[in-house]
Amino acid sequence: MTDAVAQPTKVASAAPDTMAWDSRARRMMMIYLPLACFVIILLFPFYWMTVTAFKPNAELLNYKEHNPFWISSPTLAHIQHLLFNTAYPRWLKTTMLVAIGSTFLSLLASTLAAYAIERLRFRGSPYVGLSIYLAYLVPPSILFIPLATVVVQFGLFDSPLALILVYPTFLVPFCTWLLIGYFKSIPYELEECALVDGATRLQILRRITLPLAVPGLISAGIFSFTLSWNEFIYALAFIQSSANKTVPVAILTELVSGDVYQWGALMAGSLLGSLPVAIFYSLFVDYYVSSLTGAVKE
Amino acid sequence: MSVTTLSPRGIALRQPGWLARLFDYKPFLIVMCLAPAIGLLAVFLTYPLGLGVWLAFTDTTIGRRGIYVGLENFQYLLSDPLWWGAVFYSVFYTAVATFGKFALGFWLALLLNNHFPLKSLLRAIVLLPWIVPTVLSALAFWWIYDPQFSIISYLLVDVLHWRSTNIDFLGSAWPARFSLIAANVWRGIPFVAISLLAGLQTISPSLYEAAMLDGASSWQRFRYITFPMMMPILAIVMTFSIIFTFTDFQLVYAITRGGPVNSTHLLATLAFQRGIAGGELGEGAAIAVSMVPFLVFATLFSYFGLARRKWQQGESDD
Repeated sequence: MTDAVAQPTKVASAAPDTMAWDSRARRMMMIYLPLACFVIILLFPFYWMTVTAFKPNAELLNYKEHNPFWISSPTLAHIQHLLFNTAYPRWLKTTMLVAIGSTFLSLLASTLAAYAIERLRFRGSPYVGLSIYLAYLVPPSILFIPLATVVVQFGLFDSPLALILVYPTFLVPFCTWLLIGYFKSIPYELEECALVDGATRLQILRRITLPLAVPGLISAGIFSFTLSWNEFIYALAFIQSSANKTVPVAILTELVSGDVYQWGALMAGSLLGSLPVAIFYSLFVDYYVSSLTGAVKE
Repeated sequence: MSVTTLSPRGIALRQPGWLARLFDYKPFLIVMCLAPAIGLLAVFLTYPLGLGVWLAFTDTTIGRRGIYVGLENFQYLLSDPLWWGAVFYSVFYTAVATFGKFALGFWLALLLNNHFPLKSLLRAIVLLPWIVPTVLSALAFWWIYDPQFSIISYLLVDVLHWRSTNIDFLGSAWPARFSLIAANVWRGIPFVAISLLAGLQTISPSLYEAAMLDGASSWQRFRYITFPMMMPILAIVMTFSIIFTFTDFQLVYAITRGGPVNSTHLLATLAFQRGIAGGELGEGAAIAVSMVPFLVFATLFSYFGLARRKWQQGESDD
């Protein structure tokens, strides 16, 4: 009896509490749990890559005696093999050269183009902007065969210079579009003041517009660097000699040999090849996010 | 008197050199500024695009100039079961992967739009699969899909005891197809999620407040506010995603190279196999050109199907 009487009051007083608990539990179930799943799934391949890269061969293929998720006796053998028995350092150097060269080239071209389109307004400038943007929609998979013949015609086959010249085809449209957005955000009055004071157009570009557009230039630069570091199909089609290959191509074509895959070395190579962009990324996270979203919003 | 004699000299002193004047002459400056970008794009994009269409109508091979053969390449492709297989898998791959990417990416964006500690760190982590070179993460997937030492098989067989045999991920046609799609979805989620998150953050909270006052449930708020407001950005992100999924090359080339028994060839990998590895440039170019109608159709569909409306961006509709 007492229970039956007590219960309604108890429930009434506990109602806010249960609701608070309920919403916390609900939040747990609806937000944190799915988020945790997403993070685990998105990061697992990197974790697996890292674990494999530092496992000794004996442990690598023996799941019965060793827990595969952990390393019992970590080793640097795979990385050592990569650095001293293969041309890996050479590939890294080529990739770095190509990435920096094409980034510099496309930044130069797209800064000038964006300035001309956005600030030196002329008749038809929006159409020029649009056609440069449309170039971004032409995927490399359609272009690589004719481009290979063009590269051969220019005598650039098997040379990193070919990659430096070809990568801007997908970097310039992106960077130009990003920089047009940045230039738009700089008040035009600043340039007018400078014009009244007798500055030439190039002085305005160098002394006023560019310093104010530095965040945009950084965004465009790191993006170009990442995209050219990651590029694969052109590098695969245009480069033949082992020494001139870029890291992604070289790992796939030089390290994968025979029927027994050297998973330790392959994963160590993937890890090392991902590190430069990952470090770059961690330094400039906000620029990446802003350029990614800025380009989509435009 | 002295003023009139002095002023021409003063002007002459302040006159910049002819080079500086040339660079201040607007039409010249416009041409100079546009020249590098337009030049690069014309030589390495527009010209090859035209050349590619021309090559598709010739029988060029590596080291031999071809002659015009009309539609022969395309006729051959139409009778080639391998090409039809690649068309089928390209469409299937694009449809399923795009659906997966957008469903999961939208969900992740909605999750990230909540307030919780370490939000910016989490956002940074989420974007990681998109930053790392695709081929290198594809290698990690290849290792995860290993027939003997797959970690997924290990989990299912030895830890959870759900299965008694290892899964043969890449050994037969359908499992291989779905394994590749899973890897593509994994790589595509971050881009979709972060782009859509940016769109979500532009939706004014006052809309949700008004809807809540009117008694809208959370599903109704999503259906009648979030979703319509996201349409324009969804259309753009989807257009990009479809184009780059349909023309994908790296994942398939790295993991299966079109195998087993050519069941996972995309048009791009088939074009590479025939054009570069096989040396039949004309035929490879024809396969590449055959992607164009699909791309145009997909672009028009996603762009006009999810048409951008002005009221969604705070302007009046017309």
